[in-house]
Amino acid sequence: MDIVILSRIQFALSTLFHFLFAPLTMGLVILVAIMETMHVRTKKDLYRRMADFWGVLFTINYTLGVVTGIVNEFQFGTNWSKYSTFVGDIFGTPLAIEGLFAFFLESAFIGLWFFGRGRISPKMRAFSMWMVALGSNTSAVWIITANGFMHHPVGYELKDGIIHLSNFWELVTNPYAIYIFIHTLLSSYTTGAFFVITVSAYHLLRTPKMDFFRISFRYGILFALFSTFAVIGTGHFHGVYTAKAQPAKAAAFGSIWESEEDHPYPLLVIPNVKKERNFIEWLKVPYLGSLLYTNNIHGKVPGLMDFPKEDRPSVHPLFWSFRIMVGIGFLMFALPALAYYLYRKKQIFYNKKFLTILVYSLPLPFIATNLGWVVTEMGRQPWVVYGLLRTEKAVSPISLGEILFSLGGLVLFYSILIIVDVYLLVKYARKNPEVKE
Amino acid sequence: MSYETLTIIWFSIWGLIWAIYFVLEGYTAGTGILFPFLAKKEEEQRQLQESIGPFWGSNEVWLITAGGVTFAAFPETYGTMFSTFYIPLYLILFALFFRATGLEFMHKSNSSLWKQSWKWAFFSGSLLIPFLFGLTFSALFRGLSSNEHGLYITFSDVINAYGILGGSTFVLLSLLSSAIWISIKTEGAVQKRATLLAKKIWPISSGFLSLFFIATTNQTSLFNSFANEPVLWLIPGFALLFILFAGIPIVYNKWGMGFAFVSLSIFTLFAAGFTGMFPNMLPARMNSSFSLTLYEAAGSELNLTIMLWITFFIVPVVILYQIWMYRIFRGKITEKNARGY
Repeated sequence: MDIVILSRIQFALSTLFHFLFAPLTMGLVILVAIMETMHVRTKKDLYRRMADFWGVLFTINYTLGVVTGIVNEFQFGTNWSKYSTFVGDIFGTPLAIEGLFAFFLESAFIGLWFFGRGRISPKMRAFSMWMVALGSNTSAVWIITANGFMHHPVGYELKDGIIHLSNFWELVTNPYAIYIFIHTLLSSYTTGAFFVITVSAYHLLRTPKMDFFRISFRYGILFALFSTFAVIGTGHFHGVYTAKAQPAKAAAFGSIWESEEDHPYPLLVIPNVKKERNFIEWLKVPYLGSLLYTNNIHGKVPGLMDFPKEDRPSVHPLFWSFRIMVGIGFLMFALPALAYYLYRKKQIFYNKKFLTILVYSLPLPFIATNLGWVVTEMGRQPWVVYGLLRTEKAVSPISLGEILFSLGGLVLFYSILIIVDVYLLVKYARKNPEVKE
Repeated sequence: MSYETLTIIWFSIWGLIWAIYFVLEGYTAGTGILFPFLAKKEEEQRQLQESIGPFWGSNEVWLITAGGVTFAAFPETYGTMFSTFYIPLYLILFALFFRATGLEFMHKSNSSLWKQSWKWAFFSGSLLIPFLFGLTFSALFRGLSSNEHGLYITFSDVINAYGILGGSTFVLLSLLSSAIWISIKTEGAVQKRATLLAKKIWPISSGFLSLFFIATTNQTSLFNSFANEPVLWLIPGFALLFILFAGIPIVYNKWGMGFAFVSLSIFTLFAAGFTGMFPNMLPARMNSSFSLTLYEAAGSELNLTIMLWITFFIVPVVILYQIWMYRIFRGKITEKNARGY
């Protein structure tokens, strides 16, 4: 295997692994901050205990997010040095700002929140959690501003074979980045919400009367209702923009071969990449394809045949990731919707079957968010910076031994870390917060 | 402001951020190295955890910022430096994994195997961080190998007597810094052990730093440029003076003053290194025409200008709320009030 493939595997592994933690951080922090605020407002001890219980789970997850995040920052230089040199004048800047603006805020205030108990006022603790929320959420702004440039380069000029920043405003208002950011942020809220729903459902199965988890559960459901609905809506607009900015990606995730106006959308598709068509295209819904791709029922939908073979991303991983992500997305909207309906009818807390389903729904947001990134990033191929730099020209001049060393180390240590993380999260999530040890 | 001035300002900021990180990492990593030896029981462990608990994360963000600033202001330096020092940097990343998880997770389960494993993970991570950074930056100061394809390193460019001396020196400075830090932050038995240790480590750290400067002068060309500007000799001179002067407050148990001197010494040590490298960012040892200079690596004028404004506005705010944090947590951590992780 060559260095490019191994470097891509390592990058995929380390970013996807990081993205098991980052969305939970961004989502859960909002709920903990709301609980802190409720504690300040009502002075009820219940909210104090809620914030502490969910806060401990938050900090375990946060620690993993920190250590896996640094790898990603270093990796651009270690493994993609040609890319870094090519694009650093634009790509490095949001990363530096992310450190200065977001990570300092996050790390200082999580320390203040964690060690501040008894030393700072409840108001200050609530404020700290909101600052952590601001830090983690704005870190996504900056990293996605950088990422957006890889998909849709704006505000640059090419000089001496490398990229120079020419318009900072265009860079930070890159529409592609804004679509990815909003979609990512909302999917992170979904992740946080499902985490709270799942753990609460677990406890409610055993102690259905416990106010602690009834209230947590309600927070989770309301947060999930809002975020899943919004994630689907923004996903649509993100898709429409993708069809404009990266038509090959959009064609690949729909497995559409011929570009066409008035495109019907087949609900069941199996791609046949060799023959450059689909094995089956069943249940065609007239005009739906054009509507989904262009917001216009007569719009022209891009097809893969418009692009030479060497400029196409691979269809199978994109197509299946996209379908599964969308399927899970709708399922994740249906679950809290149904839960809310049962909640209003006061039937939820004794409905063991449904609560059990909710407990097992925990993997859904993690799978969906990661598949979303598979679509986004593999859909960018064969480019590392869309239209400007091919992926195979971007790697560092490193040896096979070096990449095997880092990849092996990451696989080994990430395996240890994920076992520890799951063990600790399960352990602390199962604890009964009403029982003092 | 001319573009050249702008690039030189960014070189200074680049060096400044790395140097600040090393000062802060010194006491953080040092505390991790001393952890298994200074704390005899769980309450004492909690004291030590809490002495760095609210701060270690922010200290590590200085490293992330150093990486980000290298990337943004000097893209080619970032690419070349990080891909050249590939193995040491991955080892540092692995060490950072276990410093963080060891510190935060060791008390999250009651089994003694769990506690022991994470304690030693915390120790090993903390030991490797300053040692590997010392090794890496010594190799940088000494210069890289080069051929017609550009800069590269061999095993012996990193692992050699000078590098090991540099790594050990930074570990010892970290130990001294943290022993003083613990003396400031804690009370009770653990503090006593730390104060005794600080007094013992101080002469060793001072000796190693002196040796390191002698070796740098004799074995490398880092300070050769100082011949033209002899006043620059003051920088390594101050690094030595600070560590020597630190002895006085250490003997008289004036820990705040001692900490300031040791921090200044670490800071000026790296300042001396970066000044010696100037205008190179990645010096080639044999053939200086292969060196990567700051002028070659610098980003565009627009980028550097925007970043300068952003730094100008954000960094003071960051420093202010960090100082405020140190004030909130200025109280002594006792066995009784320590919460730890």
